[in-house]
Amino acid sequence: MIKVSFFAALREQLNCNETQLNVSESITVEQARVLLVESHPEWQQHLKNNSLLTAVNHDLVDDNFIVKPNDELAFFPPVTGG
Amino acid sequence: MSKTNIPPHLNDRIVIQTQDFSLSEEVNLLEENNNEDGAVVTFCGRVRNNNLGLDVKGLTLEHYPGMTEKSLQKIILTARKKWELGRITVIHRVGKLFIGEQIVFVGVTSKHRGNAFAANEFIMDFLKVKAPFWKKELTSEGEKWLDAKSSDTNKAQEW
Repeated sequence: MIKVSFFAALREQLNCNETQLNVSESITVEQARVLLVESHPEWQQHLKNNSLLTAVNHDLVDDNFIVKPNDELAFFPPVTGG
Repeated sequence: MSKTNIPPHLNDRIVIQTQDFSLSEEVNLLEENNNEDGAVVTFCGRVRNNNLGLDVKGLTLEHYPGMTEKSLQKIILTARKKWELGRITVIHRVGKLFIGEQIVFVGVTSKHRGNAFAANEFIMDFLKVKAPFWKKELTSEGEKWLDAKSSDTNKAQEW
């Protein structure tokens, strides 16, 4: 199981804070995105957004990064703090 | 990948909180019993009443708990590798904030001013583009998530 969190504008667009992917093997971030869209087709336009950032276990990663079961995956828009 | 966070430097203070902070208390913490450092550089960011031509009434700050702290820790660690620094404090508020309220504080001490000035700006520049905070503005035309600015990305790339 991979825990998936969404933040800020993306969280509101999907109307979802957190979900999970029931996988028993490692997958890439891109594969995780495909699985999320398969289970929630209405998320496609929002999750395909190229400007989205991805974090695994609290570190920024790219789409080829490998996510393992029990990892924490998160998608969010570019940051705007400070 | 390990979930273990980088152990914080003894002289680092990273705080994410909803409540306000006191500039004088923060300066005291940077200076108290610190007789090695001659320079104390502080930056404080506040909520403006205007952005992109619209009147701003206030904003809501969201963050990613856990990643926020780790991200700030990594930025501070990078600064410590670039310059010889003393104490470093980073405070960022979250939740609802109104016009004129303090949002963010960065304080850096060093023996001489050059390192503290540079590291303070470096930490702010990277906080802007790496730390997972998001601002939602309440304007005269309703609520709106802020878009990231390319000028912030460009500024961080200059380091």
